This record gives sequence, structure tokens and C-alpha cells, in this order.
Amino acid sequence: MTPALKHMRRAAGYLLILLVTSFLIFVLIEAAPGDPAEIMLGTSAQADTVAALRADLGLDRPMMVRYASWIAGVVTGDLGQSYTYGTPVAELIGDRLAVTVPLTLLATIIAICISLPLGVWAGSRPGAVTDGVATVFSQFGIAVPNFWIGLLLILLFSLSLGWFPAGGFPGWDDGIDKGIMALILPSIALAIPQAAVLTRVTRAAVIEVANEDFVRTARAKGLGRNRALWLHTVPNALLPVVTMLGLQIPFLISGAVLVENVFTLPGIGTLAYQALSQRDLIVIQNVVLMFAIIVIVVNLIVDGLYAILDPRLRTRK
Amino acid sequence: MMLSIRDLRVSFEDSSGDSTEVVHGINLDLARGESLGIVGESGSGKSVLSLATIGLLPGTARASGQIMFEGQDLLTLPEKQMCGLRGRKIGMIFQEPMSALNPAMTVGAQIAEGLRLHKGMSQSDAKTEALRLLEMVQIPQATQRINSYPHEMSGGQRQRVGIAIAIALKPDLLIADEPTTALDVTVQAEILDILDDLVTDLGISLILISHDLGVIARISDRTLVMYKGDEMEHGDTERVLRSPQHDYTRKLLDAMPSRARKSLDQTGMEGPHA
Amino acid sequence: MKRIPLNLWLGGLISTLLVGSAVLSRFWTPEDPIKMNILNRLKGPGDAGLLGADQIGRDVFSMIMAGGWTSLGIALTATIIGGSIGTLIGVTAAAKSGIFEKASGWINSVLFAFPPILSAILLGALLGPGGLTSIIAIGVFMIPVFTRISRGAAMQIWSRDYIKAAKMAGKGQALITIEHVLPNISAQLLVQFAIQTGLGILAEAGLSFLGMGIAPPTPSWGRMLADAQTYISTAPHLVLAPGIAIALAVLGLNLLGDGLRDLTDPRRKQAS
Repeated sequence: MTPALKHMRRAAGYLLILLVTSFLIFVLIEAAPGDPAEIMLGTSAQADTVAALRADLGLDRPMMVRYASWIAGVVTGDLGQSYTYGTPVAELIGDRLAVTVPLTLLATIIAICISLPLGVWAGSRPGAVTDGVATVFSQFGIAVPNFWIGLLLILLFSLSLGWFPAGGFPGWDDGIDKGIMALILPSIALAIPQAAVLTRVTRAAVIEVANEDFVRTARAKGLGRNRALWLHTVPNALLPVVTMLGLQIPFLISGAVLVENVFTLPGIGTLAYQALSQRDLIVIQNVVLMFAIIVIVVNLIVDGLYAILDPRLRTRK
Repeated sequence: MMLSIRDLRVSFEDSSGDSTEVVHGINLDLARGESLGIVGESGSGKSVLSLATIGLLPGTARASGQIMFEGQDLLTLPEKQMCGLRGRKIGMIFQEPMSALNPAMTVGAQIAEGLRLHKGMSQSDAKTEALRLLEMVQIPQATQRINSYPHEMSGGQRQRVGIAIAIALKPDLLIADEPTTALDVTVQAEILDILDDLVTDLGISLILISHDLGVIARISDRTLVMYKGDEMEHGDTERVLRSPQHDYTRKLLDAMPSRARKSLDQTGMEGPHA
Repeated sequence: MKRIPLNLWLGGLISTLLVGSAVLSRFWTPEDPIKMNILNRLKGPGDAGLLGADQIGRDVFSMIMAGGWTSLGIALTATIIGGSIGTLIGVTAAAKSGIFEKASGWINSVLFAFPPILSAILLGALLGPGGLTSIIAIGVFMIPVFTRISRGAAMQIWSRDYIKAAKMAGKGQALITIEHVLPNISAQLLVQFAIQTGLGILAEAGLSFLGMGIAPPTPSWGRMLADAQTYISTAPHLVLAPGIAIALAVLGLNLLGDGLRDLTDPRRKQAS
């Protein structure tokens, strides 16, 4: 099978997963109690007004027709109107993504900046003091809930030292620096558990690759220990690290919901959470689907990254 | 003498702190341009001896004695100076061409790496030199192969790349640890010929390690027979093969297929009565 | 005699403490964990009980003990249910290749896109928040994890010679799975079980922090933290105890899992 065909088959597989996922979400939301028209109009509304609105929203059509029109809307970017905000859901999601995407990206960057040096350092000399430090860090980092880290950071850096705002988000129009300042503590809170997991994986991968023959070949060329480590061991140890980065995406998203809540950031997690308390079902439906799409798309990207990191996969698979 | 090893002992420490000696006081000398074969079965300590010489013993190993190379004792030389010697003065070829090359780097870059490190060559100069080296080790279509990754090459081609890496800086000493063991029989002879020619042309001293007396007989002037970390016999290759002094050497010779032994007699060397 | 690894020792100790105090809380706590005592409102550690009192004067120490029962109960139930379903799918997929194996792969990919908080938001719309929603949301996420682990482990067992002998003897797939496969992968499953229960506790805390977990007044560590956030500037001590309890519980179960792995599979000791 040619590589192109293989990629197309894989993409088709992901598309199918997305369809099944979206249908599952749709059915669950359908089964949820509460009629959107009644929620919008309130309990005192007349029966015929409710019926008119139902017809207007297209709620009186058969279920499969509504599912199909939802999917068509997802493809064209028309996700319908929020019951409580009265604005288009797509717009709502777009606004919130402007907070959540920078937050998760910043957190990922911080996590990599911590875990890569720490994991490589620990893995290059197993059993040494630095290895012990890295092991303790990763054990604690995995165990500590990120929203609690968030609370501790607020306690220390906002309330005691006053270096950072304790929460809220000024928006990007006021200047990028203010926006970034508001995101620093939340992204650290989000990054620490990620960094812990990645440190662990990096360490294990480095230990394994360091024993490979080609590292000895590099040393026999005259490369010093560190040069051989960074130029030969590390590039070959990145594959499991990237895999883990992909596997962590669902946790990153869950974490974002919690951290946004701690720091009262108007992100997508807060949107979903508020939609749940206001029973804004159409928002829930679309946000959950969007999260699923992100997880699946990131997995596709990770697949692509493999080929860059490991030339063997370019020709073989 | 360019290399002289005196009373080399190597021991390994296990996780509980007990140490086991695997090389028990080996002595050997090697002059410039000379080639020495070290033969023995696995576990005879021959690979450990070679790793000790290039200073790449695993962290759990302890070496004592002396390895004098061009007037310096390699066992006491600081790591930084060892790095300066490795690749530049001492080259090494490893057994497994499949795993001895970095899978994520083109072969050209792997050859060029040593050149850039020791000679400070520019990227393009190093690449030109790497191309010349690939042609020296007779890789066909070297201009294309230089950008190949190891997995795109056959075992024999990879071992040629291994040779190119090892001789890139024209070292004074080349250590080849079972360079043909992992290869097909048909390819073995080609690789040995390339190795032999290059060593002779460039005037490199060679330590060839093998479990195969046939391989040793092809290239080496002298032969050291090792068994369980001890020297069994040491002398001119021809003498060792024709009139082995030690029972173990005789056993090794007897273990060879008779046809191979015959061809040894005919082509391997010019004996007094040949 | 094998030496007991440090992480197993430490993990076992913490886990025992966790389970012990959770069970004990059913019979005895220093104070009634749901009893208000407005006089003790926001008092610090020592002034009212060992760890102080919360915004309506409940004893924090007693709430931590009782919250342990909630966390452990939800996490264990979710892991047992999700783990059993996942293992069942995994060993079946290993035994029957082909369509079933493919299908289980698809199911996993779909479930993997639903981390507990997302499922809880979705299920919350259907069932409303509460203990059941938490258990389902967490349990759903356990399924793909256990499917992957058990399938991988079971495939290795299936390639062994003694399985071939059993097949020759005319035993069916189900019987071989019960007699040979499950006993041989049980150690790996146990390791995963400990680690996933830890993750379950973490997820439960997150859900109850968001108000999507078990309903008040049943004490839960996550909601204690949510309440503490409101009083973070006046009573910062309230933030510490529940967080430390969560972290210790997860740490203990992780160490227990790692230690069990080191004990049963010494080869992985270095790498993991």
C-alpha cells in the first residue's frame, strides 16, 4: 500500500470515529430532560407559543433529520443559537477559544521546558541525585491536582506577593502583555502535572536509548558524553515523549476546565460548565463535540510528527 | 611501539557490589602499520579489551594496568583528552551494522560529524569529504547514498559506512570488533578486502577481533588467542595457525570446517613450503 | 527472599492509612463531619479541632476522614466497573482477532475522546450531577485503558507454547482465557488497578470541585477545596488539608502500583 493511500485510510478512520462520537453526543443530549423551547420561554409560556418556537428551531423534525442538519451546520460553521446567550454558538466558542488555546499552548510549552531537561538529565545518569529529584518531582506532580496547585499559586503569588492577578482575564485588546500575565499562573498550574508525566516518560526513553549501539559509535567518533546525549540519544528518545504528549491531550482539556474555573477565565471550559448549570444544551452539545475533534485532530498531528522524528516510518508505513 | 598494553585487568561490579574479573593481565604490543588479530570465543574478554583501549567501558567496569598509546597512558588520561583521541587517533568499527548507526540521521551526516568535530570543517567541506570516503569504501552511487538513512541500506553497505566513519580522520589505530560477523558470508569477504586495502594504503595499525580464525588469517600479521580473559598463545599468525602451541588453539582450528582449513592453507599465507 | 521495594513499602503504608481512615470514618470521627457549629466558623487549626473548622464551623479533620470514604468509594467503584468491562473487551479482542478486535479499537478511540470531566458535563445534562454521574464518567474513561493493557498482555500469553498445547487439547477460547490468560495477566491488571484508582480519586476531586460530584452535605475533598477558594484570603488554612489529602491518596496508590510492578516484573524497574 502506498503511503498516501495509508494516510487517506487513516484519515477516513478518524472521520468515522468523529461521526460515531458526534452521534453519541447527539443521542445523549436528545435524551436529556428539558425542552429547549420551554427553557427559552420560561415555564409560564403558552403551549402554542412553545410549539411555534419549536417549529422555528426545527425541533419538531424527526431525530435523524435534526442530526443530519447539525452535522451539516458543523461543517459549514453554523452551530445554531445559544438558548441563554442568544448569540450564535460558533461565535461564542470562537471567543472562548481565544483564551483556552493560548492557555493550553502556554501550559504545554512550560511542561516541555521543565520535563525535557529534567527527564534527559535524570535519564542520562540513572541513580544519581538529579535522578532522585526528577523521580520525586514526577511522583508528586502526577498526584497533585492542578486546581489545587492553582489555589496555592493564587495564595502565594497573588495574595501574598501580589505579582500576578488572582483571576479574571482582561482580553487581548488591552495589550498582549496583560493577557499573558493573566494566563501565567493558570498555565503553570496546568503544566505541572503534564511536566511530571513527560519527565517520567523522557527519563525512561533516554535510559533505554542511551544503551543503544549507535550512541557508542558516536562516542567512538570522539563526541563527549553531553554531545552524544543531545545529538544522538535525545532525538531518538523523543518518539515515546511525543506519543505521551498526544495521550495527554484529554487530560490537558479536563485540566483546562478546572483551571479556568479556579482563575475565573472566560475559556471554553467555563463556557461548558456554565452551559451545564443553565441547561443550555446546544452549547454543551457543540463544545463537547469540539473537544472530541481536538483530541482526534491532535492524534492525527502526532501521527505526522512520528514520520518527522523517525525516518524509518516515512518509507515503511 | 605505538601501542603497548601491560598487565591489563578489567573487572565488572554487579549491583550488589561484588566484582568479577573478566580480563586477567593481558600484555601486547603493536607497531605502526602492523595488524594484530585477537581470536577467542564469546566471553573470552576480547571485546572488553578493545573497549578498554578506546576508553568506552561501561560505567560498572574497572580497568587496571597500563595502555600506553603514543606515549600516553589511556587508562589515566582525562576524559576530555580521550575525546580528542577517539575518532581522530583511534577509530573503531562495531559488530552490529544494524544498530551501530543512528537511525534518525543520514549516513552522510554521521560520517561528516567526526570531521566537523575534530577538524572544524564547514558543513559543505565535510560533506565533500564524506562523499570521498563513501567512494573509498566502494558504496555505489555514493552521491545519492550520502543522503540515505541507515534503514534504507543493506547490512554490508551499513558496515561500509561504519568503516568510513572509523577511518574518516585517518587514525593511527583502528579497532574492528567482529566487523563481519553479522554479515552474509558473500559480503564478509568484500568487507574484509576493503578493510585490508584501506589499512595498508593509509598505513593504519589494525586490531581485528574475531571468533573466526579464517577472518583473522586473512589480514593479521600477528595473532593473540584468548580464552576466558587469559592469553593462550601469541605469535605470528602463520606460526600460530601452522604449529599451534596450545591445546585451545588446536581446538579452535579443529572446529573450523575442513574445507575452510584447506583454503587457509592454499590462499591464506605463503608458508615456507608454498 | 526478595527485598520489598521502597515504593511498595511506602505506597502500601499510605494506601493502608487511606483505606483505614475511610473505613474508620463510617464508625467514628472526632466530630460529626456534617454538623454545623457556627461558633467555630473559620477557626484555625488547634482552635477548633486538629485542622480547624470551615465556613459553617464543621470540623475539617472529620470531613477529611469522611471525604476519603467518598473519594475512595467512587474511584474504586468506577475502576472496578470500567476495569472489568475494559478487561473483558481486551481479553476477548486478544482471543478473537478480526472484526471484534477492530471494533474494540474503534470503541476505544471514541471513548478516549471523553475525559471524565467532559463525560460528566455530557452526563450531567442527562442525569444531573451526583455520585452516579461521577462513577459513570470516571468508569467510561477507565475502559480504554484496561482494554489496551489487557489486550496487550493477553496477546503475549496467547503466543506461548502452553497455550498452543491447550488448543491442541481441544480447549475453547473462553476456557483458555479463564484458565490460562486471566491468571497470567492478573499481576499487570492489579498494578494498573492501583494506578487507575489513584487517577479516579483525582478525577472525583475535580468533579466535586466543579460541583458535578456527589451532592452536599456528603463531605468530599473536591468540594471542600471549592468552598475554601471562597474564603482563601480570610482562612487560607482551609486550602491545605483537602489538597494534601488528595495528593497523598493518589501518591500512595501510584507508589503501590509502581512497587507491585517492580516486584512482579524486575526488568521494568530501571525503565519505568
